[in-house]
Amino acid sequence: MSAATGEEARPSPALEPLPHWGPVQTFVAILRRDLFVTGREFPVFLAQVILQPLFLLFVFGKVLTELGYARPGYEQVLFPGLVALAAVLTGLQSTALPLVIEFSYSNEIEDRLLAPLPIGAVAVEKVVFAAMRACVAAAVMFPVGIWILGSIPWQRSTGLAVAAMTILGSLLGASMGLILGTFVPPNRISVALTLVLTPLIFTGSSQYPWPSLGNLRWFQVISALNPMTYVSEGLRGLMAPSVPHIQTWICFVVAIGSLVVLTAVGMVGFIRRALG
Amino acid sequence: MSGGPGDRIGDAALAVEVADLVKRYPKAPSDSLAGVSFQVRRGEVFGFLGPNGAGKTTTIGILTTRIRPTRGRACVAGVDVVADPVGARRVLGVVPQQNNLDRSLSVRQNLLFHASYHGVPRARRQKLADGLLDQFGLADRSDGRPDDFSGGQIQRMMIARALMHAPAVLFLDEPSTGLDPAARLFLWEKVAELKAGGTTVVITTHDMDEAATLSDRVAIIDHGTLLALDAPAALVRGMTGERTLDCTIEPTSGGGADPAAIGEAVTAITGVNQIEPLADTGVGGWRLRIYVDGEAAAFVAPVAQAISASGGRLSDARLGEPNLEDVFIHLTGRALR
Repeated sequence: MSAATGEEARPSPALEPLPHWGPVQTFVAILRRDLFVTGREFPVFLAQVILQPLFLLFVFGKVLTELGYARPGYEQVLFPGLVALAAVLTGLQSTALPLVIEFSYSNEIEDRLLAPLPIGAVAVEKVVFAAMRACVAAAVMFPVGIWILGSIPWQRSTGLAVAAMTILGSLLGASMGLILGTFVPPNRISVALTLVLTPLIFTGSSQYPWPSLGNLRWFQVISALNPMTYVSEGLRGLMAPSVPHIQTWICFVVAIGSLVVLTAVGMVGFIRRALG
Repeated sequence: MSGGPGDRIGDAALAVEVADLVKRYPKAPSDSLAGVSFQVRRGEVFGFLGPNGAGKTTTIGILTTRIRPTRGRACVAGVDVVADPVGARRVLGVVPQQNNLDRSLSVRQNLLFHASYHGVPRARRQKLADGLLDQFGLADRSDGRPDDFSGGQIQRMMIARALMHAPAVLFLDEPSTGLDPAARLFLWEKVAELKAGGTTVVITTHDMDEAATLSDRVAIIDHGTLLALDAPAALVRGMTGERTLDCTIEPTSGGGADPAAIGEAVTAITGVNQIEPLADTGVGGWRLRIYVDGEAAAFVAPVAQAISASGGRLSDARLGEPNLEDVFIHLTGRALR
C-alpha cells in the first residue's frame, strides 16, 4: 500500500463538520442495524417464532377438540391466549439472550454504547426492536390460526384495541427480557430462562380464562401476579367477549403499569451493566 | 469555530484534560485511581505505561464515558465526559482490548453502520470505508465476517472502524497485546500515520518498547497514582541512579591474568558499586558487568587502566544506558510484568 493512499484515506479532524445529528437519528440508525440483521434471516426468525404456538394451537385447539377431550369452542379461549403468549414470549426471548451474549461473550453492544446517544436509549432501542419482533410473531398467529382452526374469534369493532394490546404485550415481554438479560449472570442464564419461562407460560392465563378459576383459588392468585394474564385476558375480552374475562380497562391499566415498572427496573440493570 | 456539536473539536486547546481523577469501585478496599491529573496536547501520541491493574484501563474507561469517576474532572477535546457523555462520544474513538466487532455484519458493514451511528452522511461513509479498508489492508476481504480473521486483522478493523467518524482523540487500550511481531509493526506504523494526520492518540501499554517508540510523552502509572510524566528520553535522562558498563576482558599475551585480582582492582575505583560476571564469550576472555554511579562513559578509561594493571586487556566495552524499564523499576521498586 502506498503512502499516498493512506494520505487520501485518513480522516482528519479538520474535515468539514458533520451535519447536525441528534440522539434520535442515532437511535434510528441502531434500530436500522437490528432490522437489517433480522431482515437477512427472516425465514429463520419466522420458523423460530411460529413453531411453538403452532404446535400448541394444533394439539390443544384441533387434536384435543376433535378427540372430544376439549369442548368445542375451546379455541375461543385458546386463540387469544396464544396470541398473547407469542407476543410476550418472543419479546422476552428477543431481549434476554441477545443482551446476555452482547454484554459478556461478544461485547458487541460496546459500539452502540459508544455511539452519541444516552446509554438508556440503547436499552430502549433493545426493547423497541424486541417488541417489533414480538408483534410480527403475534401477527403471524392469525393466518396460522385460520389455517389450523378454520376460523378464529374476531370482532371487527375491536381490531385497533387488539393491536394496541398486542403491542403492549410485546413491550411487556421485552421489558421482562431486559431485566433477565441484565440482572442474571451469564453463566446462570439458561437456568434462569427455564425457571422463568415455564411458570410464565403456564400461569399467564393463555390456556384458560382467569375468572373461571374460582374453584382453584391459589392458582387464580398466582395467575393474577403474572402480567401476561392481563394481556391474555385483555385479548380474550376483545376478540371473544362471550368467554368470561377480566374487564378490558383493568387489563390495559395493569399491563401499562407493569410495563412502566418492569422497564424502569430493566433500565437500572442495563445502565449498571453498561457503566462501571 | 462555532455552532453545532460537531465542531466543538476546534475549540479545544487540549485533547485530554484530567484533574484529580478518583475512582473507587464499590466494595474495593482502596482507590483504583487516587487523584490522577494530566493533560494531553492536540496531535500528540500519549502513552500510558503501567502494569496490569495500575489504573490505565480505568482511566481510559472514564475518558471514554464507560466508567463514572468517583471524583474529579475529565475532558476530551474540550467536552466534559461526565457532564456531557453524549457530546464526548462524538469526538472520541475507542479501540478496546477485546474484539467487540459486530459479528452479524461484514467488515465493511461494521465500518458503515458505525459511521451511521455517528451521523456520517451516506456518500461520505462509503468513501471513507473504501479508503480505510484499503489503508488497513482489508479491502480484498471486506465482505468477510469478523470471526474469520486473525487477531491482527481484527485489531486493524477496530482501528478502521474507530476512525470512521474522524474522532479528535483516539484511545487504544493495550493495542499490541497478543499480536505477532509483524502485526505489531503494522500497528506502530499506523499510529505514526495517524499522528502525522493530526489525530491525537492515547495509548495504554505495559510494553516498554511500544511506549518508547510510539509516544511523544509517557505517563507512568502504578497503584492508581501518576508517578512520572515526560518524553521517554527525558524520563530516562532524569534517572540519577546507576548506569552499567559491560566489559569483555582478555588475558594479555604474557598471560597470568587473574579474574579475582581484576575484580578487586575494578571494585576499588571510586564510583563503582558492584561487579557481576556475565556469560562467557567462549573465545578465551570473560565478561563483566560493572554498575557505576553517573555517566558510564567516564568509567571506561579508569576501568581499562585497572584491568591492564592486573594483567588483562579490555577488548570491548558497552555502555548500558537506562531505558524506560529502569525508570519504571526506579519509580516503583519492581519490574513490569
